[in-house]
Amino acid sequence: MDEVSKARQSTGKGYLRAKRILAYTVLIILIVISLLPFYLLIMNATRGRVQAGVRWYPDVYLLDNIKNLFGPLTTTNYGSVFRALGNSLFVAACTCVLTVYFSALTAYAIHAYDFRFKRAAHTFILLIMMVPTQASAIGFYRFMNDIGLTDTYVPLIVPGIAAPATYFFMIQYMKSSLPLEIIEAARIDGCGEFKTFNRIIIPIMKPAFAVQAIFSFVASWNNFFMPQMILSTKDKYTIPMILAMMRSETRIDYGVINMYIVIAVIPVIIIYLFLSKFIIRGIALGSVKG
Amino acid sequence: MKKRKSISYAKWGYIFLIPFFLVYAVFSFYPLISTFATSFMDITIDQGFISFSGAEEINNGFCGLRNYTEVFTGEIGRSFYNTAVMWLMGFVPQIIISLLLAAWFTDLRLRIKAQGFFKALIYLPNILMASAVSYLFYGLFSQGGGIWTIIKDLTGYEGVLLDSAWGARGIVALINFLLWYGNTTILLMAAIMGVDTSLYESAQIDGANSRHMFWKITMPLIRPILLYVLITSLIGGIQMYDVPTLLANSNGYPGQSLLTLVMQIQNRKDASPGLAAAICIVIFIVTAILGGIIFLATSDRSDRRFKKKSKNAAREAV
Repeated sequence: MDEVSKARQSTGKGYLRAKRILAYTVLIILIVISLLPFYLLIMNATRGRVQAGVRWYPDVYLLDNIKNLFGPLTTTNYGSVFRALGNSLFVAACTCVLTVYFSALTAYAIHAYDFRFKRAAHTFILLIMMVPTQASAIGFYRFMNDIGLTDTYVPLIVPGIAAPATYFFMIQYMKSSLPLEIIEAARIDGCGEFKTFNRIIIPIMKPAFAVQAIFSFVASWNNFFMPQMILSTKDKYTIPMILAMMRSETRIDYGVINMYIVIAVIPVIIIYLFLSKFIIRGIALGSVKG
Repeated sequence: MKKRKSISYAKWGYIFLIPFFLVYAVFSFYPLISTFATSFMDITIDQGFISFSGAEEINNGFCGLRNYTEVFTGEIGRSFYNTAVMWLMGFVPQIIISLLLAAWFTDLRLRIKAQGFFKALIYLPNILMASAVSYLFYGLFSQGGGIWTIIKDLTGYEGVLLDSAWGARGIVALINFLLWYGNTTILLMAAIMGVDTSLYESAQIDGANSRHMFWKITMPLIRPILLYVLITSLIGGIQMYDVPTLLANSNGYPGQSLLTLVMQIQNRKDASPGLAAAICIVIFIVTAILGGIIFLATSDRSDRRFKKKSKNAAREAV
């Protein structure tokens, strides 16, 4: 090896090392920025009702805050925490089940059967995929008002049956890993069409179900716009609505608020800790065509 | 025999499509049509009952495009501007950082370790409740709050960012950035990893450095995904609601500078439904056009054209 190429190689190595250091530094800075607020949140959840300045290590008020969160004062002002948790959980769980099941059923109809409007139905669903619920919000709200469904959970749960994005994921998954021969085999064995879907297809689709169940659960759990539009009785409020209610008041106990935010965020973080690998794989699968 | 079989099974295709299309018709399509109709109506509320239920509506009838002109002027026009500005402030750093991270994560020579760990951490904020995160940031950036104190200690700046229009918009953009950059990074990584590695290998043999390879091979080949990221982010941006509402309250403090279009829909759903409906329809038109672009860009025809183009790009780079 001559001098020049040797020199070039060594500068290349130096360059690579510098770049690597830069990359790790940027990554670590980003992660600190991303996680710092949540670290401060957890610290603040252990602090008293008046909080000034930063605190880098826990204070002693954690148990007090938990007690106050479930205590009578918070309950009279914002309704019971258990109630709000229960409401959020109920809406999110129902939406999640409906979304996943019916999206798979819709995808199955288009994947497994040949009929005249198959392509048209598929194209239609793809076309409406990008249109958000906000686009029809006023008509939706007024319609629900007219038929007496405002302040019920029906308008929050039932529309989950028509979820184009979940449909898209399901059909992509079916194309890649649901051979039509399985359906043929089930038919030969005398299995009815609906039974085939429930007993044979769903078990095969389990990985897709899991990923989409998490996404739709989280989306519904975090949803603020629709519940805020539809619900009006405090007893029916979901967690984001309680947070908004707290936000609009001035005399507040910061320890309790931070505890409430922890409660809103922790269930999702726990799910995520166990399933982050599948979730991350799911994002890329759902949106990149192919 | 064969014919009978296909006929009897096609029926099931239609049957299984019923729930989706029925629910879509009732909960999305009909509301969309009625939103469209409402958007041409001048509807006011009897001042006596502004309360939620039992409010008496007065329908003053058809008013042409008046609601639409109002969407682009005055207070709602400003909300349009706020929404666009806050989206842009969050999107520009997001796409730059995400591209940088995606390029580093996929760089064959750089070999970043613990990628799974990093990816999991940067994606984490995306699944958290945006309203809870915003409420948290409100507390941290308020006077005496954690981050306010850190900024004061580091720079000596004692002002409250939340009290200035651009400071508050910056915080909205920061929250949106934190919530979404991980998602964008992962999408771009998937796109970059889809690029044929032999292109990089042959470029490397020909003496291309990683900057050349990034601009001449990676960028042209991931252009469809960049378009997808841009458009989905625009569609998400026009729906901006949770973050400014919880950060600034529903009035968009300071001085309505954080009011977004969807906040206006929510604030006016009872008081002036016609105007709110016109905002909805504007959102519909914008998202339908954007969605249409994605649909065309990812349909098979343009796929083929894109492949041809990418082959040319690769040839040029090599």
